[in-house]
Amino acid sequence: MGGAQFFQYFLSGVATGSIYAIVGIGFNIIYNATGMINFAQGEFLMLGGMMAISLQTFLPLPLAITAAVAATGLLGVAMQIVFLSWLRKPDVLRMIIITIGLSILIREAALHVWDEKVHALAFWTGDETSSLAVLGARLSPQLLWVLVISGLMVAGLTLFFRFTLTGKAMRACASNGTAARLCGIKAPRLVTLSFFIAAAMGALAGCVVSPITQTQYDMGMSLAVKGFTCAVLGGLGNVGAAVAAGILVGVLESASIAVLPLAYKDVVALTIMLAILLVRPQGLFAGIGRKSGPLGQAHGGA
Amino acid sequence: MRGRTVFSVALIFALLAAFPGWAADADTVKIGAILSVTGPNANLGTPEARTLQMLVDRANASGGIAGRTVELFLRDSQGDTGKAISFAKELIEEQQVLAIIGPSTSGESMKLKGLCNDSETILLSCAAAETIVNPVAKWVFKVAPKDSFAAQMIFQTMKNMGISRIGVLTSNSGFGQGGKAQIEKLAPESGITVGISEVYDKDATDLTGVLTKIRGENVQAVVNWSTEPAQAIIVKNMKQLGFDVPLFQSHGFGNLAYVAAAGKAAEGLIFPAGRVLVADTLPASNPQKKVLMDYRSAYIGLFKDEPSTFGGHAFDAFTILAEAVSKAGTDRNKVRDSIEEIKGLVGITGIFTFSPADHNGLSMDAFEMLTVKNGRFTPLAP
Repeated sequence: MGGAQFFQYFLSGVATGSIYAIVGIGFNIIYNATGMINFAQGEFLMLGGMMAISLQTFLPLPLAITAAVAATGLLGVAMQIVFLSWLRKPDVLRMIIITIGLSILIREAALHVWDEKVHALAFWTGDETSSLAVLGARLSPQLLWVLVISGLMVAGLTLFFRFTLTGKAMRACASNGTAARLCGIKAPRLVTLSFFIAAAMGALAGCVVSPITQTQYDMGMSLAVKGFTCAVLGGLGNVGAAVAAGILVGVLESASIAVLPLAYKDVVALTIMLAILLVRPQGLFAGIGRKSGPLGQAHGGA
Repeated sequence: MRGRTVFSVALIFALLAAFPGWAADADTVKIGAILSVTGPNANLGTPEARTLQMLVDRANASGGIAGRTVELFLRDSQGDTGKAISFAKELIEEQQVLAIIGPSTSGESMKLKGLCNDSETILLSCAAAETIVNPVAKWVFKVAPKDSFAAQMIFQTMKNMGISRIGVLTSNSGFGQGGKAQIEKLAPESGITVGISEVYDKDATDLTGVLTKIRGENVQAVVNWSTEPAQAIIVKNMKQLGFDVPLFQSHGFGNLAYVAAAGKAAEGLIFPAGRVLVADTLPASNPQKKVLMDYRSAYIGLFKDEPSTFGGHAFDAFTILAEAVSKAGTDRNKVRDSIEEIKGLVGITGIFTFSPADHNGLSMDAFEMLTVKNGRFTPLAP
């Protein structure tokens, strides 16, 4: 396989992987804030995409996307306040069932509001035939957008958690809730904020992939599964690791297409993930340089 | 004691009255239809359902078929074989239909083949796979042209274009797998080598990976065989990859909605399809022209939408059934025999001539090679 071919596979693998990573990050943010796994995470991508598609008929594209992201964020907040805020302690079984139920609810609601057809958002730049040449590989400009947006989101989150007061407050809640409350940090508000961030991020990711992977009312489930496995693979709660794990999974999938028949794509990626989890169940990057905290920074005196 | 006997006798009579099935109901013609109206194959099932409803309403407005009202039982299987099977059982056992029109897809049709044959219910499938009528099952007919014909037409065109090495992409649906088998069987006869053949999942949303692999095999053309949205996705992916070889689609592409989904990328792709898509360019001497133009104006008038080859299948299935019923009445054995005797019936898909050995009735000239120009279907210049 020539260099250009290899780079082609690698690039498309990184792009797919970064979407899984975004979903994984969404899982991690909510997990860090609440100890809960939100299985409706994948639906946020679907909602963001669908809303933007509906809005693009009478709004310019950037506005449509912003509106969709904001609306999905608010929906995430509503979801948290109505269904989840009364859960005092994250009882594992309960929260799993509630969030799975929520994902089904959202999916069916989407089916009724929109329809079961496949829709696609307009390409952000160019159209469906645009093709850029990058180091011998040819790809749609939209793929570059995926990489850029994912990178910006991760960078934005890092800066948020590290340098803003609210971000630091969220990290404080995640590492020691009681101490944080004693310092006057209002935990419930931050939990709501975490849902807003996770939902908005998911929506933006949904908008950026929609032109190439299309959006359909039931796309959320498989994305949620892949994103969750990335989150676990990296070590639950470790946002940076979820990114690395996501890219790893994406590249593995791409590599498997090159070597094996396409039919084995999902099998290969899942098998490797299973193998890694059998050997190291706490995740690949667990314990590397941190204890807990939204972005995996070491804290205390370490 | 006596009260109980009277009660049980009365109960038995009540039950008998509730199941009048075996009493021959000669006054209405009960037709069932199992179509993929919604779901991934909606572009097949929606025009089929619309056409069928249109024809049933038209028939009933003019007194029915040979004086008998037509009762249509339409069921939406959403392309799901499980649903198709349970609807078939319902239509056969509860509604006791004379015939079932559909299903829209090859996968579902294969599952219903045995069921309908065993229960002696006529099945008029709107799907393409050759295996639906080969081996011939007594009660199972097919009105869509065979995938082997489509493949042969594609290979003929490829030979004219000097193409000898191709890459093949098929979906894992029944239709895709049927096409794959036909392609691999018929390619060597036309002197064409299949350099690489890959199967993708029918729900796939991005195929750049497998197209990259195919490009690496130095093929001169790509053939795609599916009916799912993937048909449009592959078109776009190829352009995005700068993969500039001719793309051949199957006759599953016969709905303008796929062209709309693929946008500009669809320009220049080639596929075999029924003439209904280019009816207005046909010469007046063409035996199908009148039927096609009538259907076009009726469909556009009622639904404000371009007709597709798939609606044509439902049209043909109903027309064939109506012809058989008007000749033979409502006894299912006689209707079935009458279908086999149909010769030279001008339909939308082609001209049908059935026989005990041929339950499809179409030949290769049901197909015309088409291409996409300026977002519309036009015949491919020879």
